[in-house]
Amino acid sequence: MTALLRTEAVSKAYGGVQALNDCSIAVERGSIAGLIGPNGSGKTTLFNMITGYGRVDSGDVYLNETKVTGLAPDKVFALGIGRTFQLTRVFSRLTVMENMIVAAHHKEHAGQTSRFRNPFARAGGAATRQRAMELLEFTGIAKLAGDRAETLSYGQRKLLELAYVLIADPEIILLDEPAGGVNPTLIGTISERIRELNRQGTTFLIVEHNMEFVMGLCDQVTVLDYGNAVVSGPPEEIRNDRRVLDAYLGTAEEDDDSSAA
Amino acid sequence: MRSLALWRAAGLAVLLAVVALVPLAGNVQLTQVGVLVLLYVGAAVAWNIFSGFTGYISLGAAVFFGVGVYTVALITQHQSLVGGVVFALFPLGGLVAAVVAVPFGLVALRVRRHTFVVVTIAVFFIFQLMASNFSWTGGVAGIIPPFLNWDQATVYNPFYYTAMLIAVVAAVLAWAIWGSRFGLQLRAIRDDEDRARGLGVKTMRVKLTAFVISGFIIGMLGGLYFYFQSDALPQYAFNPFFDLTIALMAFIGGFGTLSGPIFGALLLEPYLGWAQQQVTNTYVAQVVLGVLFLIVIIFLPRGILPTVGEKLTAINAGRQRRATERASGPPPGLPIGAATAGSSPEPTTRSAS
Repeated sequence: MTALLRTEAVSKAYGGVQALNDCSIAVERGSIAGLIGPNGSGKTTLFNMITGYGRVDSGDVYLNETKVTGLAPDKVFALGIGRTFQLTRVFSRLTVMENMIVAAHHKEHAGQTSRFRNPFARAGGAATRQRAMELLEFTGIAKLAGDRAETLSYGQRKLLELAYVLIADPEIILLDEPAGGVNPTLIGTISERIRELNRQGTTFLIVEHNMEFVMGLCDQVTVLDYGNAVVSGPPEEIRNDRRVLDAYLGTAEEDDDSSAA
Repeated sequence: MRSLALWRAAGLAVLLAVVALVPLAGNVQLTQVGVLVLLYVGAAVAWNIFSGFTGYISLGAAVFFGVGVYTVALITQHQSLVGGVVFALFPLGGLVAAVVAVPFGLVALRVRRHTFVVVTIAVFFIFQLMASNFSWTGGVAGIIPPFLNWDQATVYNPFYYTAMLIAVVAAVLAWAIWGSRFGLQLRAIRDDEDRARGLGVKTMRVKLTAFVISGFIIGMLGGLYFYFQSDALPQYAFNPFFDLTIALMAFIGGFGTLSGPIFGALLLEPYLGWAQQQVTNTYVAQVVLGVLFLIVIIFLPRGILPTVGEKLTAINAGRQRRATERASGPPPGLPIGAATAGSSPEPTTRSAS
């Protein structure tokens, strides 16, 4: 098994709440993996642990079998893990193009051998701008390149977030609810774009509540419940799994308990 | 666009020429006020390079100022320098202030927002207390420079042109940083620091660099102030009023913009100088300043220049819209469904098609 991204028994507690409990997942290289589970099951926490936005209590995260546990977000990003946020986070007072250039930063220097560079060089060389423009075309917001990001609609911000993660050309992209609060047409566009990028070799790990979206897109779906990966498999298998139904709808016993209470 | 840039350049050239001619009027008092105005322009611009660009409001800039004052004071005390050579010492004041900025920044920049403001104030008071209690700083009596036996009629001219030079360099530096990758990273930090970090920006290093640059410029101005004012006293070198004033100047003109702090300083410092001469009780001037601060924060939170600029754009856009409406008749009525939301129809669908 050659997992590109793997977590091994990751645990994380916030106060008394055990958000993640020995959570182990694996994402195959070149796949589109889905992560589903009820609210509060630890999906976003797992994203945060992988991308360095918090410290794990125990357990490890591996990218290409290299341990990346506990690295700062900028290092994790430089190693090739990009992510988007559930509530979109763009730089609101920068233009769309400037947003792209911020994200392109480390890629611009990848080929540079000189230790010293001009700190006052204009931001974003011609090559970067061209690449940024291509990606904005790809996500369909090229017309807005000169606008401030704060003027974008929610859906457009989702597209911008995807575009600026792409400019760094990460190996794997973690998407936190890419279809949440987005109109159906745009959901179609987003899943189309994800598929196209996947064909070009990018691996995806997607958290999403929209079952149609997840089941239609993913090769492999993992279900989280109470901070633990309870089952993992192809979509058709997951759809009918007893434990998944339990996790989402509650077990029969629990139903009895709640009705008695 | 081109003509606009041309107009701007011309306006800037005229402004600089006028500023450069002021001392030639031969009015000593005017030149003296001018030195202070330019000093505050430089300080407000420098403060804005860090605080305005990153959104980290520092009320500890007087630490750099005071360190600059005392660095130059201590050197001259031991060397008793009186010639034009004293002007060569100002960068040294900046350098020591920059060195102080490193540990100061490493501690303070770990926290954000209100906590950061409180930490900068705390550090400021530590420095003021040190200045008034150590024996080598002269304690509360301070340090007095050797007497400059210069011509009284033109004594302030070199200070004036040095302050002008520092202010211009600071403004050019701010402009260069603004459009650079470094400046873009600072502004990304202002909007969402964690997200910037997640996109590979080394946030601590970037913030600290801006903090040090800002400290260097303000430290140089401190060195100049020592000779200009002919004393280094703890309550004036490390002056909480200085912190508030430069912050207010930047806020009035336009926080985080390039021209805002310059405009704010040009507006406010002459007022303060005038008020202190008019009113025997200087506290009245400070109360007015406080009230002004409140008014700006409440009614013009983004400063005069950005707000006025926006109003002008809105007026122009409205005029153009009316003009096109007159030309092409009333706009076609919207279907009821589209008008109910009161917002533009979801534009993203456009991109999907």
